[in-house]
Amino acid sequence: MAELRELSRLLRELDDQMITCMRCGMCQAVCPLYAETGREADVARGKIVLLEHLSLDLLKDPEGVKQRLENCLLCGSCAAACPSGVKVLDLFLKARAVINGYLGLSPAKKAVFRLVLTRPALFNRLISMASRLQGIFTRPADDLLGASCARFESGPLKDRRFMPLARTPWHKQTPELNEPAGPGDTKVAFFPGCLVDKVFPDVAQSVHKALGHHGIKIYLPARQSCCGIPALSSGDARSFVQMVRQNLALFAGGDFQFLVTPCATCTATIKEIWPMMGDYFLPEEKEKIAAVAAKTMDITQFLAEKTSLEPPAAGSEPGVKVTYHDPCHLKKSLGVHAQPRALINANPDYAFVEMDEADRCCGMGGSFGLQNYELSKKVGERKLQNIIQSEAGVVGTACPACMLQIIDMVSRSNSRVQVKHAVQIYAENLPS
Amino acid sequence: MISPAVIAEFENILGSQNVMRDETDRHAYSYDSALVEQVVPELVLRPTDRERLGKVIRLCNENRLPLTVRGSGTNLSGGTIPSRENGVVLLTNALNRILEINTEDLYARVEPGVITAQFAAKVAARGLFYPPDPGSQAVSTLGGNVAENAGGLRGLKYGVTENYVMGMEFFDAQGEWIKTGSKTVKCVTGFNLKSLMIGSEGILGVFKEITLKLIPPPQAQQAMLAVFDAVDKASETVSEIIAEKIVPCTLEFLDNFTICSVEDFRKAGLPTEAQALLLIEVDGHPAQVAEEAEKIQAICRKKGATRIQKARDTEERDKIWQARRDALPALSRQKPTTVLEDATVPRSKIPQMVRGINDLSKKYNIEIGTFGHAGDGNLHPTFLTDRRDKAEFARVEAAIDELFEIALGLGGTLSGEHGIGVAKSKYLEMEIGKGTIALSRKIKQSLDPENILNPGKVIGG
Repeated sequence: MAELRELSRLLRELDDQMITCMRCGMCQAVCPLYAETGREADVARGKIVLLEHLSLDLLKDPEGVKQRLENCLLCGSCAAACPSGVKVLDLFLKARAVINGYLGLSPAKKAVFRLVLTRPALFNRLISMASRLQGIFTRPADDLLGASCARFESGPLKDRRFMPLARTPWHKQTPELNEPAGPGDTKVAFFPGCLVDKVFPDVAQSVHKALGHHGIKIYLPARQSCCGIPALSSGDARSFVQMVRQNLALFAGGDFQFLVTPCATCTATIKEIWPMMGDYFLPEEKEKIAAVAAKTMDITQFLAEKTSLEPPAAGSEPGVKVTYHDPCHLKKSLGVHAQPRALINANPDYAFVEMDEADRCCGMGGSFGLQNYELSKKVGERKLQNIIQSEAGVVGTACPACMLQIIDMVSRSNSRVQVKHAVQIYAENLPS
Repeated sequence: MISPAVIAEFENILGSQNVMRDETDRHAYSYDSALVEQVVPELVLRPTDRERLGKVIRLCNENRLPLTVRGSGTNLSGGTIPSRENGVVLLTNALNRILEINTEDLYARVEPGVITAQFAAKVAARGLFYPPDPGSQAVSTLGGNVAENAGGLRGLKYGVTENYVMGMEFFDAQGEWIKTGSKTVKCVTGFNLKSLMIGSEGILGVFKEITLKLIPPPQAQQAMLAVFDAVDKASETVSEIIAEKIVPCTLEFLDNFTICSVEDFRKAGLPTEAQALLLIEVDGHPAQVAEEAEKIQAICRKKGATRIQKARDTEERDKIWQARRDALPALSRQKPTTVLEDATVPRSKIPQMVRGINDLSKKYNIEIGTFGHAGDGNLHPTFLTDRRDKAEFARVEAAIDELFEIALGLGGTLSGEHGIGVAKSKYLEMEIGKGTIALSRKIKQSLDPENILNPGKVIGG
């Protein structure tokens, strides 16, 4: 194991980012975790001071700092509200990588990232086995949402209501596509992302349908890798780099103008995190990353801006009340919030109502929601109350991770609210 | 070292989850928003109800543990930095209940940890108005506002925090319960201890509950922006507006450096050639607002404003105030370190003050953006630097020393709204003299003989 001094040296390389924090504390106003815990180490300002003290050898507990760093949803609410523009996600992801490089990953995470996620074919086979076995360990808990809960009250799932793995994942339904594009055609690469592929293949079907409806040609290569964010947020830069490389092999170059994903987190990762981690790649890879990132677009943004959305047919019956939850990685990271609403409004079967605090984090935060379920649930509770108060029968969003969390919240509260991706709501109204 | 037996007693009172002993957690309470030396406390306590608050203060006193109260830690003068030996930080952020909003007698009772902006929003929802709006209101606590006597943008017409404190309950250094003031408009019962407590920066007592005055909200407002090609013209405009017996609710100033920074940041079309901008808002009865807005525009024209823009709707009003909200973010993004000062002068002295600041910028070769509350004479010269650059930072410190000399020379004061804390205590004698400090120390000594309440702040010792 490296010397502690080496750790502080590596952390000092992040100094230029740490120093821009003027400790004004404005992050306390928007941090969903701080709202629950009231602890300074849970908010960005506190974490930055801890990193700084670790880098200056004032604090000698890297394990303690690592735990505090991981107690974060990586939602970016603080960065969006930061008066001095601290690049919080950039800083925290790099710091996690540095500290984990020093302390080493936990054996379980190492196994998941190094042996499974970096091998798309193996990952898919394991998932397919798991989807057939899951009935043994879980039982259906909600007919409306199709959520399940654990059969046994133990293990990491506890009382979480989660979506079962799809019986037939998207990559089995449609293994690959490469539709020829004529002159004047728009062609997109389609990156469904792991959760849509394996849990919400219906969302991918809706994307397929909507793109087809607008005459967009699709490039969908087989054996896509994970975007890499689960590994990186656990500090495993090595696996992250491997996954990005695998995806570059599929998506660098290519005769498509845009790369679309229905996952807010995948979009933000490819568009912002891949270039941000440039130092971990070779110069020619950096160029490819920049090119792919520039083409990447959230599916709702693509449909709203690059196609002519179907105008809603003039009012027949009053539509079902629908509200919308802004995924952090879409609104706060990429500024996309009007586009998914435009998609929802394009379906006349729905009547849109805005919920309070629509852009407040749902509390999922990727694997945060699995590792810190109680806290995640507390953050989610506020989202649930806002959904209930909106009196909507359907809540739309644009991120499968948010969908998981919201399904869990509404299912446990028996509030009979359906959860859909904005692209599903839009595609429902398109002719088959 | 605090003995394990004493820590166990704290845990008995508060529950172990509200007593932070872990090294990493404690490091997260070693700082506030001021650029001063950080000190890691030995223990951090987070009482969740007011009765336990009194008990832990008593325990600190019995064991002579120096106690620093912390709300959201946004203090700009180092007032929430704990003591070097056996320092205890006492958090108020779990004491955050609004106990009462009384719409008949126009007051509210709150615990000290209630967030200012959340309180103001709750009050507004009941059709009333709590005016103090310090820059940190989105996170600052009302207890902290009272302890610092915080100001804000509405000071000129509506006053500052002290004008809204009707009464309070607090614990003295021995943990005894003390009551001062009342829910009544008039109250001359006993010493006016609440006035002693306001702005005392946590060295005389710990707030348990605060009674705040509420007022009816103004029915209308009108925002305006005036552009000047000389600071003097802007400043004369300010004096003339007051001389015409108009009291705007806000009267804000931006200097050329700040205007250029904001324009670079937001690209909202601000005139970068302007030497000064005044952002003005009047509020009140619609007829009075319309009349005053006309008069102010006439004054601006008379004093040589090159352009005057009157907000026609809420969108335009927001745009005007966005320029002011952008001032600090736009300045702070230019350099790693931002030192925000608040030396204040009589408002007629603003031209001299701005000239003095510009001279300092040249003399010490430091970039300084100046904006602030022109109507109050309360400017915020903002020093842009990099605290890692030792030589430059020494020049910043020398420039700040001289800034205070200039402000005091103009009949002003060291701090308009940020407090003295540790950052400015060395300048205190320059303004109030030895005798005043000695008297203040006698008061402190008699109220807190063990010197456990935020020792070393304001008056040293």
